[in-house]
Amino acid sequence: MDKELKKKLAGRLRSYGLPGPLSVMEICGTHTTEFFRTGVKDLFPDRLRLVDGPGCPVCVTPNEYLDRAIEIGKSGAVIVSFGDMIKVPSSYSSLGAERAKGMKVEVVYSPMEALELAEKDPDSEVVFLSVGFETTAPGEAAVALRAKERNVKNFSLLPGNKLTPPAVKALLESGEVRIDGFIVPGHVSSVIGSEAWEFIAEDFGKPCVIAGFEDYDLITGTLALMDMLAAGESKLVNGYARAVRPGGNPRAMEVLYRVFRAADSEWRGLGPIPSSGLEMRDEFADFDASRKFRVTLPEPREHPGCRCGELLRGLILPVDCPLFGKACSPERPVGPCMVSTEGPCAAYYKYGR
Amino acid sequence: MNDMIEGLIRKILGPESIQLDDSAVLDPGPGKIAFTTDSFTVTPLFFPGGDIGKLAVNGTVNDLAVMGAIPLYLSCALILEEGLDMGELTKILESMRRAADYAGVKIVTGDTKVVGKGAADGIYINTAGIGIMENEALRGEIAPGDAVLINGSIGDHGVAVMAERNRLSFTRGLLSDCAPLNHLMERVASNCPGAVKFARDATRGGVASVLNEIVKNRHFSATLNEASFPVKDEVKGVCGLLGIEPLYVANEGKLVMVCDGGRAEEIVHAMRETEEGREACIIGSIGAEYPGKVVLETEIGGRRMLPLLAEEQLPRIC
Amino acid sequence: MCLAVPMRVIEINGNKAVVESRGVETLVDITLYPDLDLDDMVLIHAGFVIEKLDPGAARDIEEAWSEYEKAIES
Repeated sequence: MDKELKKKLAGRLRSYGLPGPLSVMEICGTHTTEFFRTGVKDLFPDRLRLVDGPGCPVCVTPNEYLDRAIEIGKSGAVIVSFGDMIKVPSSYSSLGAERAKGMKVEVVYSPMEALELAEKDPDSEVVFLSVGFETTAPGEAAVALRAKERNVKNFSLLPGNKLTPPAVKALLESGEVRIDGFIVPGHVSSVIGSEAWEFIAEDFGKPCVIAGFEDYDLITGTLALMDMLAAGESKLVNGYARAVRPGGNPRAMEVLYRVFRAADSEWRGLGPIPSSGLEMRDEFADFDASRKFRVTLPEPREHPGCRCGELLRGLILPVDCPLFGKACSPERPVGPCMVSTEGPCAAYYKYGR
Repeated sequence: MNDMIEGLIRKILGPESIQLDDSAVLDPGPGKIAFTTDSFTVTPLFFPGGDIGKLAVNGTVNDLAVMGAIPLYLSCALILEEGLDMGELTKILESMRRAADYAGVKIVTGDTKVVGKGAADGIYINTAGIGIMENEALRGEIAPGDAVLINGSIGDHGVAVMAERNRLSFTRGLLSDCAPLNHLMERVASNCPGAVKFARDATRGGVASVLNEIVKNRHFSATLNEASFPVKDEVKGVCGLLGIEPLYVANEGKLVMVCDGGRAEEIVHAMRETEEGREACIIGSIGAEYPGKVVLETEIGGRRMLPLLAEEQLPRIC
Repeated sequence: MCLAVPMRVIEINGNKAVVESRGVETLVDITLYPDLDLDDMVLIHAGFVIEKLDPGAARDIEEAWSEYEKAIES
């Protein structure tokens, strides 16, 4: 966007006259971070409150998932993961801590690299931690398809993927928190399509904007949402039309569902939500680490005092947690929201003043 | 075997400068000396724009240079993993020699140990360095109104290494900035005597970490202007892909300098006269508003903090 | 969640493509969006093309915001 126009719109945001105090929720962890990083949050009018939703896949993954990954790693398998997961605390440890003790843990940028690792090292079991929302899951599915095609027997995925619209729906249905409008994830929407969010306006009467991640996307997205709130409208606005079509990317969804099927899933903070996760279809059982490796899990444990759960439901802000910045910091995280780069606590700790 | 390695090292690093007795005996002349040491490990050993050898020489030269010392002598201690390719070792040593010659320092003493396979990652290098202080150390009283300068684009080294390590098939224009800073510092000292209040090379933790060290527990803050600091397009591109911030990425030929606001232009001009300072510029200022903090003013006029981050930067997808 | 960056397709080879942005080239998988031409702008996430970008839509939206700004100004 033209720099001058961008600056003018930033000025509009700064001086926006709100009709009253408003709470808007961004669901995407990358939005959490980018609102801070670009300085757009600093432009917010005083009475506009930005609440963080359950949009950081690392944050909403329950401890049990990492406990399982660690037990599988202890059996000698190579654990391959996105960098995001390495420092997240499990019930008793973390992948980073286990790596320091000798567990084979590899960080990759693309799940395809995990499959390549398996093919290069046929004597080792290679397990990829398949986490992420609808943006990431199709690529992970494509890797499973390729592994099956090439018959790579020492490769498997540990499915931990989540679907975002069911979580937002659960949050709205609980009625626990008052949210006036939503900013929904741009890149999830690229895959699932803008239509997937229509229920927010239609069934719950809340305005909703699909936003991209550049500073001007955040400025215009927030302006569009406030304009709707000021006018009492509840529509779905696609502010990221350059990357989001109404029907999304059907081919990606097709690949996704060839390998996975929707299943009930446990979210940190939100509890079990029907059809909100992905499990691997039976044809892919050989590539499903949760079936391939029989491990005994320790009793899962939440960290005492950690309020990540309430935070992920939008009930509190990071600064409301008594551990924030004291017992819990990026160097010594107690909960996942402090350790994930896009976790709300990490963002507040890093960028907030 | 060890004799062969010792011979190779001496032959390449300086048959004329390395003293073979128990210690090297030096005559740096009258006045104070500066003395420093650093150990170097890097994966991979060779990366675009440099290697561990060049890094080990320039790293120690730079620690001396940013104090205002003129680097003269280095030691070189190697820990080699059994089975290290001799061709690679030769290349690393030759690179050390070239770097030492370019910086104008002599390698005068050293040591080599070989450890078992798996006990080290190829090669570790320790260098210690001695420099002479012709002027007072560059550690003046920093105060609001001072300017913050840099000698060129940020994040080049860390991104070049990370791209190599992550097997991302990046091609053009991505080079480590690994370089000695003593020529630049000497030029600034002679053109603008007494102007520099502080200088530090922005290695691990990047520019953001150096700035935090400057303001920590002090009554002033540092404010950076996002639009003003130089980041190469390629570095922005890789950082975008891997989800990392250039301000926290390691440099090996960049320093952050603080000086009186009124003398900033003069210093920038002096830096630009040297090879290592062609893109020198002012990136921010010292202020009183948020004591102890580093603040970034973004392109759209918003502000955010740049805290000290202990965490290692990992490629991420979210 | 989800970092994704816009890049331009400069080479297509089976289910892989070379994409470029800011002088950085990288190899990506196009299984999720195989119907691509050279010079298409695509969105890359974790080594995959997840969607093709529509530069026309970007221009339309900018145009709309430019009008918005003018309307408020006047």
